[in-house]
Amino acid sequence: MDLLKDKKQFLRNMSVPLLFIVIISVGIPLSKYTGVYLLREGLTRLVRNSFLVISLLIPVMAGMGINFAITLGAMAGQIGIIFSQDWGLTGVGGLFVAMALATPIAILLGAFAGHVLNKARGREMITSMILSFLISGFYQFFMLFFCGGVIKFHDPNLILSRGYGVISTVTLKAGRAFDDFIKFELWPGTGIYVPVFTIFLIFLACLFTVWFRKTKLGHDMSSVGQDQRVSNDAGMAVDHIRVQSIVISTVMACYGQIIYLQNIGTMNTTYGADQVSLFAAAALLVGGASVSRASLPNVFIGVLLFHMMFIVMPVAGKTLTGNAMIGEYFRSFISYGVVALALIMHSWARNRDLADSRKQMRKDNDDKSKELKAKVNA
Amino acid sequence: MNDEPLLEMRNVGKDFDGNVVLKDISFTLRKGQILGLCGENGAGKSTLMNILFGMDVIRETGGYTGEVLIDGEKVEFKKPLDALYAGIGMVHQEFSLIPGFSVAENIMLNREPSKGNVISKIFGKHGKKLETVDMEQIRSTAESALSKMGVELEVESPVSEMPVGHKQFIEIAREISKIKTRLLILDEPTAVLTESEADILLQSMKKLSENGIAIIFISHRLREILEVCDKVLVMRDGLVVDEKDKEETNILEIARKMVGRNVESMEDFSNNKSKRQISDEVILSMKNFWVDMPGEAVRNVNLDVHKGEILGIAGLAGQGKLGIPNGLMGIYEAGGEVLYKGQPFSLNNTKYALEHGFAFVSEDRRGVGLLLDEPISWNILFNALQIKDLGIRSVLGGLFKFRDDKAMDKIARDYIEKLKIRCTGPGQKVRNLSGGNQQKICLSKAFCLDPEILLISEPTRGIDVGAKELVLEALRKYNSENGTTIVIVSSELEELRSISDRIAVTCEGEIFGVLPPQAKPEDFALLMSGEKMGEVSA
Amino acid sequence: MSKNNCERPGMGERFKRWINDFGWARIIIALFLLFLYLIAGFFKVSRIATLNDMIARFAMNGILVLSMVPMIQSGTGLNFGVPIGIVGGLLAEAITMEYYLTGAAGFFTACLLGVFFGGIFGWFYSLLLNRVKGDEMMIATYVGFSFIYFFQMMWVGLPFHNPASVQGYKGSGLRVTISLAKYWKHILDDFLHISIPMGLDYFGNEESIEIPVGTILFTLFFCLLVWIFFRSKTGTAMTAVGSNPDYAKAAGININRMRTYSVVMSSALAAIGIIVYAQSFGYAQYYTAPNGFTFPTVAAILLGGASITKANMLNVLLGAFLFQGVISLTPSVINSAIQLDISEVIRMIVTNGLIVYALTRKRGKK
Repeated sequence: MDLLKDKKQFLRNMSVPLLFIVIISVGIPLSKYTGVYLLREGLTRLVRNSFLVISLLIPVMAGMGINFAITLGAMAGQIGIIFSQDWGLTGVGGLFVAMALATPIAILLGAFAGHVLNKARGREMITSMILSFLISGFYQFFMLFFCGGVIKFHDPNLILSRGYGVISTVTLKAGRAFDDFIKFELWPGTGIYVPVFTIFLIFLACLFTVWFRKTKLGHDMSSVGQDQRVSNDAGMAVDHIRVQSIVISTVMACYGQIIYLQNIGTMNTTYGADQVSLFAAAALLVGGASVSRASLPNVFIGVLLFHMMFIVMPVAGKTLTGNAMIGEYFRSFISYGVVALALIMHSWARNRDLADSRKQMRKDNDDKSKELKAKVNA
Repeated sequence: MNDEPLLEMRNVGKDFDGNVVLKDISFTLRKGQILGLCGENGAGKSTLMNILFGMDVIRETGGYTGEVLIDGEKVEFKKPLDALYAGIGMVHQEFSLIPGFSVAENIMLNREPSKGNVISKIFGKHGKKLETVDMEQIRSTAESALSKMGVELEVESPVSEMPVGHKQFIEIAREISKIKTRLLILDEPTAVLTESEADILLQSMKKLSENGIAIIFISHRLREILEVCDKVLVMRDGLVVDEKDKEETNILEIARKMVGRNVESMEDFSNNKSKRQISDEVILSMKNFWVDMPGEAVRNVNLDVHKGEILGIAGLAGQGKLGIPNGLMGIYEAGGEVLYKGQPFSLNNTKYALEHGFAFVSEDRRGVGLLLDEPISWNILFNALQIKDLGIRSVLGGLFKFRDDKAMDKIARDYIEKLKIRCTGPGQKVRNLSGGNQQKICLSKAFCLDPEILLISEPTRGIDVGAKELVLEALRKYNSENGTTIVIVSSELEELRSISDRIAVTCEGEIFGVLPPQAKPEDFALLMSGEKMGEVSA
Repeated sequence: MSKNNCERPGMGERFKRWINDFGWARIIIALFLLFLYLIAGFFKVSRIATLNDMIARFAMNGILVLSMVPMIQSGTGLNFGVPIGIVGGLLAEAITMEYYLTGAAGFFTACLLGVFFGGIFGWFYSLLLNRVKGDEMMIATYVGFSFIYFFQMMWVGLPFHNPASVQGYKGSGLRVTISLAKYWKHILDDFLHISIPMGLDYFGNEESIEIPVGTILFTLFFCLLVWIFFRSKTGTAMTAVGSNPDYAKAAGININRMRTYSVVMSSALAAIGIIVYAQSFGYAQYYTAPNGFTFPTVAAILLGGASITKANMLNVLLGAFLFQGVISLTPSVINSAIQLDISEVIRMIVTNGLIVYALTRKRGKK
């Protein structure tokens, strides 16, 4: 019976990835993309997005759900990149300086977000989302009015012609610096380059996540994630641990955004960070994760499936309906829809589990009663 | 061996805002002794244990008087952690387990041994939290704690898949795995266990005491107390009324001491009652009735309620007495066969119950009984408004039905006057009223429905003495004036005996017997402890 | 009254309580608004034009803000799924235009169809919300987003033909913005419109206070309807469900049914709300446009003093006015004062700041 339950559980967890596999396997033939193209694009997307998605794992473990406020980390990363570029730094060094500069900002923003979320227990996700919009307002204020005005810039090319405010699209001088640092071509002639160093950075993030789970802090976090009251009774500083999880997530998201941007090579100053959490969350959930359970395999399966859908869908949609826009709209619909679906399924499953555990308790009670009666009668 | 007792309490007392709940408690406990603690709900057991364990609630309400001595030295615990350091472990009734963690991880929760690693060493002193948790050591410590109890559990399996009984063992193992633990407080540990599991627990308690750990054992099952304890302490109304070695006492005596009060006051009412007419007509009949109310489940209820009577339901907390009214009203899932006026009664349908002349005053006054943020008039009239269109103004021949605030206010004012509810008027928000006045509003809400059967749970819980009498008097009056059948559930036996015509006693989720209010107090106590009548006295 | 145990508090205490009831956020914003209005003259910002802008926006958004009330009252939470009703209203407008119904006939047909579609969508939406109790707000947000994007495909795919509404160069698929000039633009705004001449502005142009009486009356009419509903037997039951679901259950109320009613009402009102908005604005906006309404609408009712479980008509009217005031007045004054165009930034900070503030406030019970 347990096996059956496990199987059902497994199917339930895998239902979203399976749905995506179906969508993609219908879409690929329709899109008429070649295998080499898909492989190259798939690899690029994996390298580009994985780090950001990994940054969602730790808050899930701490029971805070999907941290939509990783956007805050992404903003910190963007600030780091701008200043690093303004100081004339390029290449790998420039990116590392950007990271170093962005880290304290990310820690501060993460700590702030953590404290706000502690005040919104039970509705962390919606609060983290709205919080990211709120901070985006301050971020834009900083970028568009402070930079070049109050804060003097060295590189006039970064500033709008009006004299203040960072230009809306910045071409990164450190573009592809990590990717090109160490790389090799998979098969000569295919143009599939393996960016070894970026993959190494992602590997470090994975290693960190695995290692962190085994530390005392990670262990406590997982305990807090499962039951705050019990953890508190056992003497853990629950609030503090929750804030720490958000800080770690925000800092990782900040590095993730820098890796993402160097891969793309350009940066949308104003709105570049806004969609980060949506796409990261969607990818993670497509990978079979839920709001309370997420792992590294979920990250990589999710990024691959979600972005494959993204690549294939507009062309497939056009072939199918003759209208280029339909595929475009369909993939936006799927991005949001998959998050909605995952949230609904999680909520549903939770309510059902509650009902199941009640039934189990009733059964236990009956057993107990029978035994008692046997004893009394004897 | 040290001559000083491990624990000594001297003249310990405690009051909450002048309301004395503990008076002059003194007792001693030696190393390896098991002390049984008995008493009705509200006798002061929990408060006493809270003092011993340094719970915040004691300090926040002004501390306690008297002295607590450990090893002959006076101690005053500011927080539970202090008690832990002094070697006191407590297992609460509520489980404190992390479902996804293994047995071993739960036993060692937040006391995990850890080893340094490269990164934690970089952080030096601050890297403690980044050290790697030592799973191997967790496992071995957990295993040794379990073996001390003589229990074998798979330490690697997650707790969520364990039966309830095992969870209890894990909780206890956690306490004794703490190196210093010398005194263990077990609060109703057998309540959630099956008989065979309870037997195992009792065995391991004996084993622990052989190992020198002293235990304070709180249980409503007197038989268990007598089986394992060296010494029995009976509490009543905040006093220790009996302290005896096991050999010197028996179930009957403990039961008597638990409830024994002056019986004289009872006579008046039973005389007075003889004038009342109770028909033999059965208005409500329950057969194999069960209710799945968390913490208060009942099953196999076979009980007849006569028209016009006041039927009391007694029992200790968690034994299912509250399940009966909640189940009849459809608040919690219920099943079985219920006949109302000879007709099948539809269960799990609150509206049906209300429409058929049932009214219910919930034990959870603030949670279920009231709309705290709405005015008094709403609270009194809401049910009648929805069920009987009382305070409703119909427009277009009943097509639209609107609230008639003026009519509502008028009715509310009537009840405010009748029940002497102290407030600024029917428009006041209920949140700001005292407990007694809130309860009177709950009663008004029920009376408004003009019920044939009034179910009322814990009518006097959490309200002061004066209001208690008023509430009971209102019920008596309502019963005699309207002939309403009343089923009253209460933890206070005296209160039930003063008002009821018959009293049913629940234990372990079943009805153990029905007694007249004039029956001897110890008979009630025995039923509440799960002893069938006649078995013990023989 | 001397025997009352609830003594009358002193003046200071009462003032404090009043402030707390009213909420600091609202007082600060109201004072800020007043301050901006008073200093507007120094920066050559026309007070008249600003006032007109505030009134017009208040009238445009009133019913949308009102649409929040039923769901809040029934305890279903802030309706972050307001796009569901809005899309219903947009669909109604497109269909009405398809039959070339213009003027009042067109407008009221659109409203009726809007109630129909909003209600239907709302009903399905409520079935979903009743299964995810406790997680409504997050799920509503994403369901709302998904719904908008799903309907993007519909706007392209559904067979609309009216040349005024379809994309000219293709002949199919709705336009992003459809002009209502020949249909029902300002149909309410111009009804009983009042114009009070106020002389010349700083630049020597004629100015007058413009009051779209028709739109305001229409809004007030719906406020009245909702107000009456909450005085009915069903409305009372709905309020009780929001106030304490356990209490309502113990009174035999079908909680899910009350929640369904409230969601249907909210969605139908949102559909009417967007149609009223469009007649004022003069354009019906399709595709991603409904996205822009969710958070401002939620923020407005919160600013009006509603909490996550309680809202009334005062909250609606005050909220719509204050919020639209801040959104319109702040940029115009600040932009003129420091020569920076920060309207977008202020809009983001005010809107989302208010929502975060409401979400992080301690809940009354539990």
